[in-house]
Amino acid sequence: MPKLTLEELAKVREQARKKTHLREGGEVRAKVTVHMGTCGIAAGARTIMSTLLSEIESRDVRDVQVTNSGCAGLCSREPMITVELAGEAPVKYVDLNPDKMKTIFAEHVLGGKIVAKYALGIGSEKTDFPKE
Amino acid sequence: MEDLSLHILDVAENSVRAGAGTVAIRVEEDSRGDVLSLEIEDDGEGMDETTKKKILDPFFTTRTTRRIGLGLPLLAEAARAAEGRLSVDSAPGKGTRVTAVFRRSHIDRKPLGDIVQTLVALILGHPGTHFVYRQAVDGRTFLFDTRTLRVELEDAPLDSPSAISLIRKRLQEGLASLRRTT
Repeated sequence: MPKLTLEELAKVREQARKKTHLREGGEVRAKVTVHMGTCGIAAGARTIMSTLLSEIESRDVRDVQVTNSGCAGLCSREPMITVELAGEAPVKYVDLNPDKMKTIFAEHVLGGKIVAKYALGIGSEKTDFPKE
Repeated sequence: MEDLSLHILDVAENSVRAGAGTVAIRVEEDSRGDVLSLEIEDDGEGMDETTKKKILDPFFTTRTTRRIGLGLPLLAEAARAAEGRLSVDSAPGKGTRVTAVFRRSHIDRKPLGDIVQTLVALILGHPGTHFVYRQAVDGRTFLFDTRTLRVELEDAPLDSPSAISLIRKRLQEGLASLRRTT
């Protein structure tokens, strides 16, 4: 492998220092988990991961943690991710594509507002209230 | 699975879940011998004989979230379709090595696909695991090792935006050098 240039090293270290500082202050904004089981991969989880990483890179976001997990048992709803904002309940998003991923990143991960239409379990057991 | 890089991602995810500290991935192409081989080797917990016998059965899985495990059966089928085969070496405490061999020119041999995306997804998704990637094309070799990268980065984490770009760039340049005709 070619050697790192000093500028490259300085840049990575500076970002890392800021990130560590944020973590120590308990200020990691969010953790995003991409479900990477056989089912998820076959359905496009890797593209979702790449979209997520590109968003982090292009927006230069330093306080979001990314991780992979396995199958969550809902293979027919893959690709799936779980978004967990610091101090809030984790939200699972299902049937994803790159556009939905970008929307979720902008609105939920960065904006703090759950994207209800892509989330699992919101509105799945609808009650038909009697009309007056 | 559309291509081999997705199978590699799938098998390597198994390695991580088996508690591997290091996952070594090797891809070798030999056009004269008409062979393409993949190898994913880990130092995870390994499997006993009984488990090893069952892993190619799609109705077996170690997971509890579902009852079917298709990862290795799908790769075995992909190898068979291209006049190749899959073999698994494993023992408890000794890790696991999965090898898939294909006839390179076979019309049903899946393309290698996007190795960069696969490696970036693994490295960034599992910052606690080391990954070693070696690809050889007719004797020309490219080696990528996250341990070497970590030493160069002086233990700065790999998940900052600039490190992601750096990893991607390194991989793209390295793989391009394999295809260059001189």
